[in-house]
Amino acid sequence: MTTYFTKDHEYIRVSGDTGTIGISDYAQAQLGDVVYVDLPATGKTLKQGDEAAVVESVKAASEVYAPVSGEVVEVNSALTDAPSTVNESPLDKGWFLKIKVANNNELNELMDEAAYQSYVKSLG
Amino acid sequence: MQADLKTTSLNDTHIKLGAKMVPFAGYNMPVQYPMGVMQEHLWTRERAGLFDVSHMGQCFLIPDDGKHETAARALEMLVPADILNMKPHQQRYTQFLNKDGGILDDLMVTRTAYEGHDGWLYLVVNAGCKDADYAHLEKNLPPNVKLKVSEQLALIALQGPKAASVLSKLVPQVSSMPFMTYYATKIADMMVHISRSGYTGEDGFEISVHDKDVVKLWNMLLENPDVKPIGLGARDSLRLEAGLCLYGHDIDETTSPVEAGLVWSMQKRRRIEGGFPGAARIQKELKDGASRVRVGIQPEGRAPAREGTEIVDPATNKVIGKVTSGGFGPSINGPVAMGYVEKDFATNDTALHLMVRGKALPAKIANMPFAPHRYFKPEKFKESA
Repeated sequence: MTTYFTKDHEYIRVSGDTGTIGISDYAQAQLGDVVYVDLPATGKTLKQGDEAAVVESVKAASEVYAPVSGEVVEVNSALTDAPSTVNESPLDKGWFLKIKVANNNELNELMDEAAYQSYVKSLG
Repeated sequence: MQADLKTTSLNDTHIKLGAKMVPFAGYNMPVQYPMGVMQEHLWTRERAGLFDVSHMGQCFLIPDDGKHETAARALEMLVPADILNMKPHQQRYTQFLNKDGGILDDLMVTRTAYEGHDGWLYLVVNAGCKDADYAHLEKNLPPNVKLKVSEQLALIALQGPKAASVLSKLVPQVSSMPFMTYYATKIADMMVHISRSGYTGEDGFEISVHDKDVVKLWNMLLENPDVKPIGLGARDSLRLEAGLCLYGHDIDETTSPVEAGLVWSMQKRRRIEGGFPGAARIQKELKDGASRVRVGIQPEGRAPAREGTEIVDPATNKVIGKVTSGGFGPSINGPVAMGYVEKDFATNDTALHLMVRGKALPAKIANMPFAPHRYFKPEKFKESA
């Protein structure tokens, strides 16, 4: 199981051909209190960089982009009633959706955990 | 921080408090402190929040002859409120109007009353409009009324149900001040101008103080355990729940005070007499009704509808208006919005659709404010419209 990150602060944790997508701890801290999460329909096909979900804080709405291409196989419907889970447990219980990864090569374009941490540090 | 941003005298204080600073109306301002927007909002509704609003414009209109009537008549040429009949220490909300009755800015006007400053009117205007407002005043004031822009005054707001008990520990007289009145005094050796008003729907005060004193006053207020610093994020959600307009969003040069639901701020004498810019349009709208009106909107689900969201009539799928402010109301624990709709739809409980990301979300027209106003209004001071 490996976790990859994007420059837009999404993560995808890959196990077999399933990728679990969410936003990083840095992203949730930047957003502040999450009050709503708009999740895609299962079965939807996403291309890398497509809008996969929307996360809303008190102040603003932000897009969550698909780190890689794939078909949506499951969404975290628990977030509908408890959107603050994204703040409390972004990398675990606060995941957004799972996709069937279409092309493993796309994962190579992403950062691993160490690269992402130094990327976040570079943002100051 | 962007190099061209201005700062308030509390800039370093905000940074020490751990604020997240953002550019706002040309100033580097705290959008939130470590507590976060949600908790800051709830704290203000339960206790007392302290806001730096020093970016706002503060100025005075000074009549050569020292008479209130002279300054009042000059300002009445530009705004639709009754300034002439304001009592000493009284404050009113009004709008600068253009010749078409559109709103150039909204502002607070106070009839000051302190020795050596006879007849002065004190104005507080929006940060983003202040340069244009000052130019507008310079151009339109008669020669016997001078504009004095204060570049050395800070402004802080203390808002919430504990605001009066907190401030009365420093100035006992404030506890009996009615809503929309003003009092000039000293706290320690600092000259302060206190008005009982604000932008949250709560009881509270705005305190004008010299730049050199504001850090000291801010820290004195923060020493009280009922007080926390509150950023612009919660200021926005608080005013939205209170149904208060944000200039440039809910009101602008195209909206009239009638459309915006601000008829209460135009006293009867002015409505009848006119004599302000755009009076013809406004008097016609008062008689026949405006073609569109500002309304509260309650989305039925959990999804916030943001500014710009189209409002659709579910029966015909026709666009009937647009959201001008929308977000999440922490005290309501749900989404709230306001916007303009065609007048035929402006009745409470009218069903609407909000077009959010291509989906039609059910909503209805709702009463504003969403969170009840809790102003301090002793019976005998209540203002008749």
